[in-house]
Amino acid sequence: MRLGLTDDQLAIKEVFAGFFGKESTPAVVRAAEPGGFDPKLWRRVCETGAPGMGVAEDAGGGGASLGDLAVVAEEFGRSIAPIPLIDHQVAARVLARFGGARTDVTDGETLASFALRPAVNGSWWLVPGGSVAGLTIGLDGDELVAVESAPPAAAPRNHAAQPLADRSTAGARTVLASGDAAHAAFDRALNEWKTLTAATLVGIGAQALHMALDYVQSRIQFGKPIGAFQAVQQSLADLPIAIDGGRLLAHKAAWAGDNEAAGVDGHLDIDDNDNSNFAVLAGMAFVFNADGAAHATDRSLHFHGGYGFAEEYDIQLFYRRARGWALVYDDPARECGRLADTMFGPRESVR
Amino acid sequence: MDFELPPHVIEFRNTVKRIIRDVVTPEMIDEMHTSGTFTNHTLNRALAKEGLLERAVPGMGMGDPLELWVLFNELEKAGAPYDGISTSIMVAGVVQQVGTDEQKQAMIPTVVSGEALVCMGYSEPDYGSDVASIVTRAVRDGDEFVINGAKMWTTMAHEAKWLILLTRTDTEVPKHKGLTMFLLSMDTPGITVEPVHTMGTERTNATFYDNVRVPVSAVLGEINGGWRTMAVALAFERGVMGGTNVAVPMLRHFRKWAAKHIGDDGVALIDDTLVRERLARIAIDNEVAKLLTQRSAWIAASGGLPGLEGSMTKVFASEAYQKAVRWCQQMAGPAGLLQFHEPNAAADGWIEYDSRHSPVTTIYGGTSEINRNNIAERHLGLPKAR
Repeated sequence: MRLGLTDDQLAIKEVFAGFFGKESTPAVVRAAEPGGFDPKLWRRVCETGAPGMGVAEDAGGGGASLGDLAVVAEEFGRSIAPIPLIDHQVAARVLARFGGARTDVTDGETLASFALRPAVNGSWWLVPGGSVAGLTIGLDGDELVAVESAPPAAAPRNHAAQPLADRSTAGARTVLASGDAAHAAFDRALNEWKTLTAATLVGIGAQALHMALDYVQSRIQFGKPIGAFQAVQQSLADLPIAIDGGRLLAHKAAWAGDNEAAGVDGHLDIDDNDNSNFAVLAGMAFVFNADGAAHATDRSLHFHGGYGFAEEYDIQLFYRRARGWALVYDDPARECGRLADTMFGPRESVR
Repeated sequence: MDFELPPHVIEFRNTVKRIIRDVVTPEMIDEMHTSGTFTNHTLNRALAKEGLLERAVPGMGMGDPLELWVLFNELEKAGAPYDGISTSIMVAGVVQQVGTDEQKQAMIPTVVSGEALVCMGYSEPDYGSDVASIVTRAVRDGDEFVINGAKMWTTMAHEAKWLILLTRTDTEVPKHKGLTMFLLSMDTPGITVEPVHTMGTERTNATFYDNVRVPVSAVLGEINGGWRTMAVALAFERGVMGGTNVAVPMLRHFRKWAAKHIGDDGVALIDDTLVRERLARIAIDNEVAKLLTQRSAWIAASGGLPGLEGSMTKVFASEAYQKAVRWCQQMAGPAGLLQFHEPNAAADGWIEYDSRHSPVTTIYGGTSEINRNNIAERHLGLPKAR
């Protein structure tokens, strides 16, 4: 048992904290709105190897575990970088797993995206990274496919400030898997996406807390910093609990995912609170951190007072993304319904 | 991160589970709810007989430090009577850390054999959260101290052989610096115990100290160093030794009942979409409460004192439990009002019991507000607000 980061992960954290802190400043984030994509930042992140970091070494990637990727994701979230990094990493891993690793994808030269919902009538709806990706991976009926096509020029303006777009299943199409294997591969990739998004949301929440602490210690009212008032302190004290708990949960999901990939099946006994099942932990991490980041940014914005609502202040950037980057998938409450199906069994008395 | 318990800890856990299966009967749990005394001699002895208690004492080096958490987590999930033994093992750990050889030899074997329990005298009628202001006096008289005062919430005082008692030994210094902790036998003349009954059935006590004479060797830790001894005790109490997964048996009881409880529309309660969402959220919070507790246990196992992490764990777990209880009682409707042994009681009466028990969990061992103060001041670095 080890509930802290390894030395290697601490080194990864330092590198990416430095990278995103320098390259993805609030000014860069703002300049990329409303489309939510900064091509220059993408080129820079490609130089770090992050896009193909999670691809197996024998497929030409960095061989990083999900646990390592979760460390990168938290730093990515802390800087709300305007690039679809998680979506690309997940897509690149799917390609490599099915023998289709492509150097241009591993390097990030071609941007890949992962459709979070199966295609309906030949279209994947609101694919994250969809407005900039040349390659879309998604489920189409009983096939998991990779479709190469030119991305649309623009993203619909959206609360997440993400490069979203509907994408067609038509184009240069490669079938990666069919039948049960396709559904299993899709589920696996979606669980990876939920896990890494959960870690991203931990970063957003942690940064929102950091900004709140800076503000409440410098803002003077009634002759003292507002952070000296107990009403403010008590409310802020909740945030590190949710952030630390959420980080542990995201890392536990990543650990279960790495075990699953190594052929070690998870275990699920909710009655005994004994759970190492990847799908369940990924869903839990998504729900808990979607709520946690929404709450942390809400409190941080609130304690900025009217300035928090002003466009000029940065906290509103985090507030919108804390909600948007989770909701590009779905309502956490509906995810709870899916978790219930796995944990408690199907709804047998309802016909 | 690696969330796998080491093999010897898994073996320890399996032994605890086996003893629970063999020893903890519905009658035993029933007796605890009837008597209000949440300890059982047969269970304590069975755990001691296999060496589990001595392995769990923090700092004794008999077992893996993670075993303290494993032992009480398993007892808690089973709904077993463990309040007496958890406090006792925790205080044995404090004695191990700050006690004299004489104290260790006198006290620890009686606890790890499952024979003796320990109670704690910290709070007083007028001082609870502001415990550093307590006024029970210990006055030096030659080789002895003479203690006078009163304590509240001295749970298990009517069963315990040992007492740790926080007193004021110096009134001329700042309040935290004039406190001294004692370890004494409950047989010591001058101690009286009065029951205090609670909404949650649990019996606690008020205890009174009338010219109680103890030798200087009864000081636990340093004279005027009682606050440090408290800090050691609280770090174990908050977040490692139980009380953080109470919602696990509640979810289990509710889920099993909800699967059988068919509403007027012919749909089982467990199949209601709102019920499912809430039960899933309870399961998520249970997992997070466990992870936060494991982190405290892991820090303790790595040689640290998880005071702050314990505060975080306690706030999260107790408040999540209260939210879960409120949901379950509401979702059960009128059946959630019925008590143990009443026909058609939701989850055989557990939901009603949990509704009466849960309010105390954000109070004892440090209120949520005191724990949030700790987090705000010591973790977030905000100015002291008191």
